[in-house]
Amino acid sequence: MIHFVLLISRQGKVRLTKWYSAYSQKERTKVIRELSGLILTRGPKLCNFVEWRGLRVVYKRYASLYFCMCIDEDDNELEILEIIHHYVEVLDRYFGSVCELDLIYNFHKAYFILDELLIAGELQEPSKRTVARLVAAQDSLVETAKEQTSSITNIIAQAAK
Amino acid sequence: MGSQGGFYQSKEFLDLVKSIGEARSKAEEDRIVLSEIETLKRRISEPDTPKRKMKEYIIRLVYVEMLGHDASFGYIHAVKMTHDDTLLVKRTGYLAVTLFLNEDHDLIILIVNTIQKDLKSDNYLVVCVALNAVCKLINEETIPAVLPQIVELLAHPKEAVRKKAIMALYRFYQKSPSSVSHLVSNFRKRLCDNDPGVMGATLCPLFDLITNDVNSYKDLVISFVSILKQVAERRLPKAYDYHQMPAPFIQIKLLKILALLGSGDKQASENMYTVVGDIFRKCDSSSNIGNAVLYECICCVSSIYPNPKLLESAADAISRFLKSDSHNLKYMGIDALGRLIKISPEIAEQHQLAVIDCLEDPDDTLKRKTFELLYKMTKSTNVEVIVDRMIDYMISINDNHYKTEIASRCVELAEQFAPSNQWFIQTMNKVFEHAGDLVNIKVAHNLMRLIAEGFGEDDNTADSQLRSSAVESYLYILGEPKLPSVFLQVICWVLGEYGTADGKYSASYITGKLCDVAEAYSNDETVKAYAVTALMKIYAFEIAAGRMVDMLPECHSLMEEFLASHSTDLQQRAYELQAVIGLDAHAVESIMPSDASCEDIEVDKALSFLNGYIQESIEKGAQPYIPESERSGMLNISNFRNQDHHEASSHGLRFEAYELPKQTVQARIPPASLASTELVPVPEPVYPRESYQTTTVPSVSSDAASTELKLRLDGVQKKWGRQTHFPSTSTSNSTSQKTVNGITQVDGSNTANSRTRETYDSRKQVEISPEKQKLAASLFGGPSKTEKKSATGHKSSKPSSHMVKSHAPKSSMEVASEKTSPVQQPPDLLDFGEPTVKSTAPSLDPFKDLEGLLEPTTQVSSAVNHSSTAAVTKSPDIMGLYTETPAGAHHKDSDILSGLSNSPMTNMVGGTTTMQVAQSSKSPNLKDSLEKDALVRQMGVTPSSQNPNLFKDLLG
Repeated sequence: MIHFVLLISRQGKVRLTKWYSAYSQKERTKVIRELSGLILTRGPKLCNFVEWRGLRVVYKRYASLYFCMCIDEDDNELEILEIIHHYVEVLDRYFGSVCELDLIYNFHKAYFILDELLIAGELQEPSKRTVARLVAAQDSLVETAKEQTSSITNIIAQAAK
Repeated sequence: MGSQGGFYQSKEFLDLVKSIGEARSKAEEDRIVLSEIETLKRRISEPDTPKRKMKEYIIRLVYVEMLGHDASFGYIHAVKMTHDDTLLVKRTGYLAVTLFLNEDHDLIILIVNTIQKDLKSDNYLVVCVALNAVCKLINEETIPAVLPQIVELLAHPKEAVRKKAIMALYRFYQKSPSSVSHLVSNFRKRLCDNDPGVMGATLCPLFDLITNDVNSYKDLVISFVSILKQVAERRLPKAYDYHQMPAPFIQIKLLKILALLGSGDKQASENMYTVVGDIFRKCDSSSNIGNAVLYECICCVSSIYPNPKLLESAADAISRFLKSDSHNLKYMGIDALGRLIKISPEIAEQHQLAVIDCLEDPDDTLKRKTFELLYKMTKSTNVEVIVDRMIDYMISINDNHYKTEIASRCVELAEQFAPSNQWFIQTMNKVFEHAGDLVNIKVAHNLMRLIAEGFGEDDNTADSQLRSSAVESYLYILGEPKLPSVFLQVICWVLGEYGTADGKYSASYITGKLCDVAEAYSNDETVKAYAVTALMKIYAFEIAAGRMVDMLPECHSLMEEFLASHSTDLQQRAYELQAVIGLDAHAVESIMPSDASCEDIEVDKALSFLNGYIQESIEKGAQPYIPESERSGMLNISNFRNQDHHEASSHGLRFEAYELPKQTVQARIPPASLASTELVPVPEPVYPRESYQTTTVPSVSSDAASTELKLRLDGVQKKWGRQTHFPSTSTSNSTSQKTVNGITQVDGSNTANSRTRETYDSRKQVEISPEKQKLAASLFGGPSKTEKKSATGHKSSKPSSHMVKSHAPKSSMEVASEKTSPVQQPPDLLDFGEPTVKSTAPSLDPFKDLEGLLEPTTQVSSAVNHSSTAAVTKSPDIMGLYTETPAGAHHKDSDILSGLSNSPMTNMVGGTTTMQVAQSSKSPNLKDSLEKDALVRQMGVTPSSQNPNLFKDLLG
């Protein structure tokens, strides 16, 4: 199970955090501090995994952004690495060659996409197309809704059924 | 779609993000965020904020919280936002609450209603959003509120909804298995869903269910296999392909499940062989995802009933991993190796160099993984090398979490495989010195017990030798400036008990040292208490021996201090000391007998000596005593201890706590039956997890250790209670201190019991032993000498001095021990007991070792061909020897031994040469050392075929 997902920039700035296990706000800050110290200092040729408090953190760097996922000891690290890549591919498809700026300014979009990809700390949808379709459906609904006054939202909801 | 700003945020927000991005320091960032929080606090509570504005505020809140600041003032607004009708706003509200709130937050109860409503929505997107929130927010108490709707949604026409509903149900199962236990069949049903996404999602809960109860799901083996087959044959829609692999994530999940189902089940495993074999063949090992699947295949193969062909494929895959340049693959290779060696230990043989490389690698992750592998491979032959390495690494790191782990591993290995008590004590000293505050206190108690108990044999010389050497080493270590408290306790105890026992040190010297300790660590009450008691013992022994007690001045002042101490414990000890000193020799001897820490203390548990008094009182009309268990409203304490910790860990206690009084009032159920009602979480869990801790600790020894822990806590009674858990101590008089036997058996490979146990194991493990020896040779000059010699000798697992002696059990023991004594004095005394008492056990062992060695030997030596031809010709001989008379192994063995004893000197020479080579191999660069290592390996292995001539060849 994935305990949390972190996106940290090379400078240690947090770009996205998603917690699937319970961590208090205080713990979260501590976790982020500890992990950025651990991961950002690692050389390029080393493993993409680090041991941390009896768990494993799998990370991968894309440009200046580190994608990190924390997993149980008996999970398949290579698979998690691919889940990260899978997420990046979906982001890429959604934003159209994604860059850090997209994520900085539209982090909530990144969250929405992540919610379609992972649920309860597990990969819920291995198909990129399905994820893209779902996110697009939500977006288009949002778009339409925006154009309408809120009074007719119910009609739209029915139409979308 | 969009670049920045394309998503309708205000300029304000963009500026915020930008200014934070440009912040030069953390302080500057914090300042910006704090002012943002102020703005948001003000704005968000303004009435009539337009929804769009509100939505943006909420997103800004998320942003603030993501940066690590507290945004709790806005949580309620996020909750309110989920009530909104528009999906646009609702979605943001849900996103915010799932990010903000944990499942135990007070606001959850406010969202449940909204979630209920949204789950019923006829817009599937609304349902999806609500389901996302369900997975994150619904807690145990609120599960019943949404459960019926979730179950309904399992049949929703939209696959996205079905999938999320499955995951929600799975989440419920994780949180409270009992709440959804009646719905488990739904997972099976959904496995046949015609959408691969839904089917894939079902695998998550099924994996958990199968982990908990394999047998109920054996019938699904065929289904899983056929699904996996279809997936591997690319029958799924193209959309599920990932980097040209057909649905790899689903494959991995399925392989994990198969591994569980096939574990130890030949019939089930046979169904899997074909498909797993297919996947092995089809996997593209050039892509990362291909390797991920391959790795999962290896895990599966090493878990299911072994199949030679698959094991071969797995071994191939592992060697590809290990040979790869990628650290990731090496890491996976090491991990996979650790799994596979359990079934086919011989495969480690060919990868030893890769393993050593990984151990030397600067990458900590890889190094730790390798230590894990070594930990799995440890046995009595290589324990010294491995533990030494671990300790070195332990000293070098700062990460306390891992330090604790590796320290406990060292302790565990040392307890399990220690070749001698001497070594054990030295190892423990090192562990204590460097990680003393991190190891469990019971380890210290273990160590004290070991020193007190000695071998558990009637060999008093060796015991006292052991103690003297312990005393010596502790006196030496006391010179160190700062020692961990736990270690000091051990030191004080040992000095008190045995400091003056051998007459080498005077009482005043030892007491002086103890006073120093008490002064130097004056803020550690426990250490001081240990020191005082140790002082008391020393003085008591002096008095008992009829000598004059002359208290040192510093000791006097120390006593003064303690007599007025705030700690009542210290005070009492000090007064006791004073009192003891005033007594005459005879009295002192009976209160403080020398070396009596292992004596049994008779305790009349039933207090029968009071019977007369009780009788008298009852006759006078006193109330008879009612046993605790029969008194109402109370549960027998002992019952809690027997509780299965599984039950204890179940988390529903607050729920059920209300039911309990009813239960007890209704009928006075005997505690035993209470304990058995597993389904209803009984309130026992509330009690401290004493038993939990005991059960989780794996090794026998630590189990015994926890007994000791309890000893201290609960007094004598308890020891007796635990005694029943130690059937191995068959000879024991079932008294507390005998429990300790459990320990000695495990610690020393010296005792007969453990020896035989090892032999039993050795069939499985010995095959890698040459591997380890070479590893040792390449890594360590010193220990490798030991290893080498043992190889030259008869391959028993004894440390150096043992070796030499056991070469010539027939010729002359005295000569052997004489020879060893200059090398290392204490151990040879330790060994005294061995050849005599245990000659049968070790003689069995080496033979098996030899057998295990034969294969590798021929392999390696033929590859090398020049110097080791002798070995090649020689080894079949032994094989012949063995096969000829497998039954008469015992007999045959002594033949070999006698043959050996002819040339103990050559062996010695051989041993030292290898040591030199090994040492020199350590210094130059890695490549050189590896080459040398290869050389050493030849020598390391060939001697096991008992051809001392080889060394002559090499020496010219």
